Amino acid sequence: MKKILEKFVKYLLTASGFITSFIILLIIFFLFSEGAGLFKNHIIDDGYVLALNKNNPVNTLSAKQVKGIFDEDITNWKEAGGKNEPIQVFRLNDLLSMYPEEELGSEYEHAGSKIKEAILQNEGIIAFVPKSLLTDTENIKTIPDQTIPVKDVLAGTEWFPTATPSPLFGILPLLSGTLWVSFFAILIALPFGLCVSIYMSEIASDKIRNILKPIIELLNGIPSVVYGFFGLIVIVPFLQELFNLPVGESGLAGSIVLAIMALPTIVTVAEDAMRNCPRSLREASLALGANKWQTIYKVVIPSSMSGITSGVVLGIGRAVGETMAVLMVTGNAAVMPTSILEPLRTIPATIAAELGEAPTGEAHYQSLFLLGVILFFITLFINLSVEYISSRKK
Amino acid sequence: MEIIKAQNVNFYYGSFHALKNISMDIEEKSVVAFIGPSGCGKSTFLRLFNRMNDLIPKTRLEGQILINGQNIYGKNVQVDQLRKEVGMVFQRPNPFPKSIYENVAYGLKVNGIKDPNVIEERVVESLKGAALWEEVKDKLKKSAYALSGGQQQRLCIARAMAVSPQILLMDEPASALDPISTSKIEELIRELKKQVTIVIVTHNMQQASRVSDRTAFFYMGEMVEYGRTKDIFTNPEKEATQNYITGRFG
Amino acid sequence: MSTLTFPENNSRRKKLSQKIAFAFCFALSLCIVLVLACILLFIIVKGIRVINWDFISQPPADGMTGGGILPAIIGTLYLMLGSAIVSFPIGIMSGIYMNEYATNGKLVRFIRMMTNNLAGIPSIVFGLFGMAIFVNYLDFGDSIIAGSLTLGLLSLPVIIRTTEEALKDIPDSMREGSRALGATQLQTIWNVILPMAVPRIITGLILSMGRVSGETAPILFTCAAYFLPQLPGSIFDQCMALPYHLYVLATSGTDLEKQQPIAYGTALVLIIIVLFINLAANAIRKYFANKVKTN
Repeated sequence: MKKILEKFVKYLLTASGFITSFIILLIIFFLFSEGAGLFKNHIIDDGYVLALNKNNPVNTLSAKQVKGIFDEDITNWKEAGGKNEPIQVFRLNDLLSMYPEEELGSEYEHAGSKIKEAILQNEGIIAFVPKSLLTDTENIKTIPDQTIPVKDVLAGTEWFPTATPSPLFGILPLLSGTLWVSFFAILIALPFGLCVSIYMSEIASDKIRNILKPIIELLNGIPSVVYGFFGLIVIVPFLQELFNLPVGESGLAGSIVLAIMALPTIVTVAEDAMRNCPRSLREASLALGANKWQTIYKVVIPSSMSGITSGVVLGIGRAVGETMAVLMVTGNAAVMPTSILEPLRTIPATIAAELGEAPTGEAHYQSLFLLGVILFFITLFINLSVEYISSRKK
Repeated sequence: MEIIKAQNVNFYYGSFHALKNISMDIEEKSVVAFIGPSGCGKSTFLRLFNRMNDLIPKTRLEGQILINGQNIYGKNVQVDQLRKEVGMVFQRPNPFPKSIYENVAYGLKVNGIKDPNVIEERVVESLKGAALWEEVKDKLKKSAYALSGGQQQRLCIARAMAVSPQILLMDEPASALDPISTSKIEELIRELKKQVTIVIVTHNMQQASRVSDRTAFFYMGEMVEYGRTKDIFTNPEKEATQNYITGRFG
Repeated sequence: MSTLTFPENNSRRKKLSQKIAFAFCFALSLCIVLVLACILLFIIVKGIRVINWDFISQPPADGMTGGGILPAIIGTLYLMLGSAIVSFPIGIMSGIYMNEYATNGKLVRFIRMMTNNLAGIPSIVFGLFGMAIFVNYLDFGDSIIAGSLTLGLLSLPVIIRTTEEALKDIPDSMREGSRALGATQLQTIWNVILPMAVPRIITGLILSMGRVSGETAPILFTCAAYFLPQLPGSIFDQCMALPYHLYVLATSGTDLEKQQPIAYGTALVLIIIVLFINLAANAIRKYFANKVKTN
């Protein structure tokens, strides 16, 4: 009986030992299966078709071109590789302005043939209509159905997930937004983090250290929404005033908030590494006539470099993944960032802001999971490099 | 003539009375060995000469220690200047995680010498002086951690000698080493004594008798006996010394 | 040996650079203290005016421009409790396995690496995952149970790590002593090892609860409700939560002037919870440390 219990508990414990590995596998599986679905979607909304006059030499259009045409940024076919002919955009509701209601029939039963007629008559037309209405495609050129190319997503510079007829899922603006904000955050946090950890581990008396330590812990414990709230109420208006900005919500506001949030991680790890620098090395340095500061920067810091680096990298990880605070203060403009003083948008903020409105299972929803996959791999990479850095020391 | 003069030294760790009224003179360019059982205060006393005990909180010193006639615990003394004059080699080899070359150059650099030619000349000389040059001359840029324990300890001696101290303190420098490395260190001590005054703490009585001119026996924070090494080991005055060197306790 | 001449001004220069460096480090450390003081003071001063008994005992009223935050407080407590039920047993068992049972060094390193990786995954990714698996796949819908499970997984690594570290600090002589008396491994762990490690494990558990109470991103799509007039009736209901409530008030408010004071109050309640949890963890640490000493 006793033996069976021992065995049972052992198996139970073993099973829970693998729980984290199991969860990571699950995360990868679920994120991937949703995220990869994005590439099965077509560049044109499901159930619709883009039709051209058969005399139009254009055969294919990229999602970006389609968006340009329907936003009326592209107004002539020669800009899309065709002949010099103005583009005439035709949506379903244009039907009503082109044909009187009686011609369409009381149940709109003639809508299909009228659409066809409109396409046949106008050489410059591009019609975005439901497939069900355009069953007879004789003498009409339809843009071939194409799934969303991986390149357009990973190297695309435009993020318009709700544009019709063809949404754009270029992640570059979000990726660079994330990197910009994190980069500046670390740039701010680094000098503070280093100095505070040097002060705590090397200079401060035990008494002061015992005051600083809980302060750093508390900074680590404050919820990110509180930071975001503080940033929104204090830092954003302050920056707006200081730099005379049209809006204070900016990359810099995000960086400052993130710097405060990443600081405890950096300080805790770096301070720990410095305190672990062997006493014998410090004594050797002092015994040669070096003073305290020389000992710190010539011996203590170099010998705890791997720990300090780990701390900084972990801080970057925290900054890259932070959601709420960034969402609240960066202004969330999904454009390629050109200045840290302008609004920009990060990957986590995009997920948080858009997932609520994205219908489950559709392209937009899947694109947000793809962002999750990318975020997952960035942080995985960061964690593995920390692992590598600290294992190298031993 | 005396280079170190300790006068009525009392030392406390908190309330623990670690050194009790010790007075001692050490002559220039001699080797003095401190022996005694663990916890007798010999290392503590040694570490007073370069004020290494300053690093330990809640310690207190009474009495005076004069080096070259100057009270090293006086108000105007700059500790880092003092430590440049009084070098130290520790129980375990503790090279920096830097190259062999940088280890020896460290003391020169922190004391303001910038001319690379001077530094290089000095590094070579110090390594030669520590009988290490032949073994490391082709790998000066390699990490000091690539050396064996005995080599590392000789590197630490070279490092200490590079700033040309007047006094070299050695805190059980061979206790972590094998017999061959130990004999090399002992040989080195006999060589170095031409240049510096050496104070060595050791557990090993044969070592004390082999290398030192004078020996001090410490017991329970007191200096029981101090005299010429030959006398201490052949004809000690105190019974405690006799008991210790014949191995009856300790 | 050649004679050495050291530059005479070196001592002064050394002293000066040390003074500057130390002053700089001190100044930046002081800055951090000031930043924290600034954040705390700001929220305390502005929040304390709104906090009264009604504020914490009444539901929001008038389209969230008045009333209190009771449902949010209760919701956050539910989520803390729910995630504790999920994560405490598994986390502690996992920690025990790592330190007491797993013998293969490579395997332990691998598991530890996975645990560290899980700890590094951003909370929003947990939110996505929780939505995909609990809300959609298992069809719990937006609910307390989905939120608790998500938050539970999020806090697992912290619990595993503190358990493992607490166990690691117990000397092997204790284990050997117990085994030598004929106790089985399980008896040894249950009767000897765990009781000794309990203070540190509890500290870790409490701190993990602090983190859970403030997390927003994981519950955005798994549980949190914008506004609920009544308290949740079952674990399959949505609930409000303090951090999400603060987010809503701060960003998508309809009447800023009336809502901002409520936001300050909510932020203050959140901070008080975090502060209280930190203090409690410290107190427990100290209490047990003294107890061990006097024994």
